[in-house]
Amino acid sequence: MTTVRIDAHRLHYTPLNQKIRAAIADGATEIIIDNVLGQRFIGDGVRGDDVTITVNGVPGGDLGMFMSGPTIIVHGNADHAPGNTMDKGKIIIHGSAGDAVAHSMRGGRVYVRDNIGYRGGIHMKQYMEKRPILVVGGAARAFLGEYMAGGLLIVLGLNGVTPISERGVGSGIHGGEILVRGPVDEQHLGVGAKQTPATEEQKAMIKPIIEDFAKQFNLDPAPLLVSDYTRISPASARPFANKYTWE
Amino acid sequence: MSIGSIPFKFKVSIDPDRCMSCGRCVENCSYGVFKKEGDDIRINSRNCVACHRCLAFCPRDAIDIEEKPNDYRSHPLWTREVREAIFNQAKTGKIILAGMGNAKPYPVIFDRLVLDACQVTNPSIDPLREPMELRTYIGKKPSSLKLKQLPDGEVELITKLTPNLQIETPIMIGHMSYGAISLNAQIALAKAVSRIGTFMGTGEGGLHESLYPYQKNMIVQVASGRFGVDINYLERGAAIEIKIGQGAKPGIGGHLPGEKVCADVSCTRMIPEGSDAISPAPHHDIYSIEDLKQLVRGLKEATEWKKPVFVKIAAVHNSAAIAAGIARSSADAVVIDGFRGGTGAAPRVFRDHVGIPVEAAVASVDAKLRQQGIRNEVSIIASGGIRESADVAKIICLGADAVYIGTSALVAMGCRVCGTCYQGNCAWGIATQKPELVRRLDPETNSVQVENLIHGWTLELAELMGAAGINSIESLRGNRDRLRGYMLDEGLMEVLDVKTVGA
Amino acid sequence: MPGNVRTPCALAVGVCQKDYYALHVFFDNIRENKTAIDILLEKWGTIVHDEQIKTYEQPNIRKVHTPWRYFFRPDRSLMPKSTTPDEDIVTHLVMKVNAEKNGALIFSSGKNLWVFKAAGWPEDVANFYRIEDYKGYLWLAHNRYPTNTSGWWGGAHPFNLLNWSVVHNGEITSYGTNRRYIESFGYKCTMYTDTEVVAYLVDLLVRKHGLSEKLAVRALAPPFWEEIDRMPPKEQELNRAIRLTYGPALMNGPFAICVANENALVGFTDRIKLRPLVSGESGDRLYISSEEAAIRTIDPDVENITMPKAGEPVIGRVYS
Repeated sequence: MTTVRIDAHRLHYTPLNQKIRAAIADGATEIIIDNVLGQRFIGDGVRGDDVTITVNGVPGGDLGMFMSGPTIIVHGNADHAPGNTMDKGKIIIHGSAGDAVAHSMRGGRVYVRDNIGYRGGIHMKQYMEKRPILVVGGAARAFLGEYMAGGLLIVLGLNGVTPISERGVGSGIHGGEILVRGPVDEQHLGVGAKQTPATEEQKAMIKPIIEDFAKQFNLDPAPLLVSDYTRISPASARPFANKYTWE
Repeated sequence: MSIGSIPFKFKVSIDPDRCMSCGRCVENCSYGVFKKEGDDIRINSRNCVACHRCLAFCPRDAIDIEEKPNDYRSHPLWTREVREAIFNQAKTGKIILAGMGNAKPYPVIFDRLVLDACQVTNPSIDPLREPMELRTYIGKKPSSLKLKQLPDGEVELITKLTPNLQIETPIMIGHMSYGAISLNAQIALAKAVSRIGTFMGTGEGGLHESLYPYQKNMIVQVASGRFGVDINYLERGAAIEIKIGQGAKPGIGGHLPGEKVCADVSCTRMIPEGSDAISPAPHHDIYSIEDLKQLVRGLKEATEWKKPVFVKIAAVHNSAAIAAGIARSSADAVVIDGFRGGTGAAPRVFRDHVGIPVEAAVASVDAKLRQQGIRNEVSIIASGGIRESADVAKIICLGADAVYIGTSALVAMGCRVCGTCYQGNCAWGIATQKPELVRRLDPETNSVQVENLIHGWTLELAELMGAAGINSIESLRGNRDRLRGYMLDEGLMEVLDVKTVGA
Repeated sequence: MPGNVRTPCALAVGVCQKDYYALHVFFDNIRENKTAIDILLEKWGTIVHDEQIKTYEQPNIRKVHTPWRYFFRPDRSLMPKSTTPDEDIVTHLVMKVNAEKNGALIFSSGKNLWVFKAAGWPEDVANFYRIEDYKGYLWLAHNRYPTNTSGWWGGAHPFNLLNWSVVHNGEITSYGTNRRYIESFGYKCTMYTDTEVVAYLVDLLVRKHGLSEKLAVRALAPPFWEEIDRMPPKEQELNRAIRLTYGPALMNGPFAICVANENALVGFTDRIKLRPLVSGESGDRLYISSEEAAIRTIDPDVENITMPKAGEPVIGRVYS
């Protein structure tokens, strides 16, 4: 394993990404970036299934955007839209993240240890074998899974936080599913979303994901696996079917 | 008669290949166009008003109605309408009565205004997935709030809010009286508004007891004739509207002919059967703005200040100043009825020549109230020629809080805008009191159609707002920046306070 | 708040002679435009002192205006009907001068508060004024990405009126409604940009109508009706009253806003959170920004990084 260290202190994102790409081209599989502070687009469009990028600091928005393959581990909070339209790979955030986390994500996984902002998982979508997964350890703000067209979104409410306490969950959802540990107040559901208690089968489906999430953050998965979950899914795959009439 | 016959207005023909002589046209035409003679159906085109009832009920699409089949020599000044009006008056020496709204081809301001939408610098909002607030409160609002800071950090509201009507869409149905329209038509409208959560006006005809179940969605009208007005009537309404004038005929009163005052109408209007119901031009207890205030307060005292009181005026040149006076009179809302407003019957000369368009009137009223710093204290309801959701959006941008629709709601029940309501022969059972015609209008199905219409408009309005990046209707109100004038002249753009397209 | 930086500026509270209004004016041409302002100010009060604001030439800034500073004492006897005559006189002067556009623009009009602005990159503007020479206890800074109007000195944030200053990220889609509302109270929007209306709205709601900062934010970014409908009766009544009374002040569209006066710094976003806002604390210091990284650049040890809820203000108060 070849390790490359990059000091990002006062480094603009373009040269930073150039260094990352150069390192990968040179065969590096582990890239450690220190002193990250606000640089946007880290790992944007980068390929490399065996590459791990460790970000020490607070990256700017659109972390791992269009990324296809690598794993990014952030030791700090992330800003808006980590995993934006990401294709493959993994983003593991040891902290919280801003609004629109995993926006339009197509594949791979985003794990956020703590909380996320508004519109998490907005318009995540799946196609054939590509099924994106977003797992949030803490709580999510309003409009979680809005427009969701596919994929899996899990909110765990760790450390005693209420996972969902704001409006618009699954508003316009027409594909994919949201699993929330514990109950969800009906008033927080968005238009076109319905909730049911998760079945044993559904819990079994998320078990390996939760175990992997717990492993990344050194958590005990046991209490997460015995909990009850609420499953939020589309009431219809055609939310607009009744909206229009012909001239 | 030296003038002789004048050409048909409409020529009706039946395609013999298609007709199966079922006689539905004969049954449905209330104007006597069709007559069955043996297996044949005879046609008297002269009686046709183009209400399309026959067309709508012909099972074989066999009927054709052609407008103006015979040409006059064309002339830009001496139009067909002008010539025929002269023939008419030469024959009769009378005032020409007409129906529906202004029929002159004045340019429609609505159609020369275009709406805005977001691109890039701010996101549009999807109303189906994110909150979109069309809720509107009609009534008086404080100019500022008196609050008391409590020791526990809480705040106590000292100002007391006065009653407002809460509507979930800025679309209400205007005043069309029992008498002008049938009871079934009123019931259909009433069912629709109560299901939607909006309001309708009773018109000046009182409140028939079969409307009592819907009274909490009804605005009772007090007009110059005071028909059907007693304390019970006032208390039943959710709000009270003083009608000063009407856009279709500003400055004149109304007249329901005795023939239409049947037993039921007489009872609701509280006048003897068969007697003419005459609404004077002015209210004879209102000869000045101070008197208006007196009546507003009289109505409020009578109903213990529990009901909002609206004042409706026709849009005239001086609407802005009048509205400012109304706003200071304890009235809760000003209704501005533009010159395209419909009516069952109005002198043609008034319908076509008196008053101004609601777009200009609302813009100038809104501006005047703002100049005086009292715009938000009173609501503005616009009516007269609101045809589609875009008109609603545009008039709100110009400063209205809500609209009344009239003709549009009737069209939703089948009205074809034939404009002969005053004949009392409405084949659709709307503008008639003839029991056999009224029966044609099923209140339940028609209420669903009216409800559908308002629902569809409301959806479109939400889409328009969302596209403009606005999620609360307050932010559309008076937002002239979101309008542009297209081929409007400079003077009008100044009145409307809008820029031209491209600016 | 970050964005591509074109027209930054900075504001400092707690820097100047506390007893007088400090009017900062951009003159297009000192000889041509200044006399009229001198005369106008003398008409409404006393110019205690005036001076050119010190600037230091930068390679990337063209000095298109001359920044000038007046210390001004209004003659309150000239507004006998007003309960806040000093403020009303200064407001009147700001509105009048800025509406007339006679080569003079008042961009700072508070007491114990100065605004500095120019068009250029932020480090250049900071150096242009040598911002490090000023001491303050409350600072607002902003970079504007010009859309509706190209970058110009007056259009830089903060927008200030009296002691209220506003910086803003976003676009106010309700601007037309807000402007028409605020102008009916005598304010004049003259800056060709939506942000200035916020300063006037806050001045109206807080100074003239006596709302607390918290309730003023409630008026500008109120809860949704369905949320109000679910509140307990007393709270519902208060919130309904605020929405009904201040509906035309409701601000729509995406925004994150910081507004400050000598006592408080308030940050809030639009009701559906279309713009980011982050706050952090460090000892008794409060930071508000669009991004955490911006705060950490100033104070790496910042703690309690939080994202305020949509429409709910973060309020920092000054305790002396």
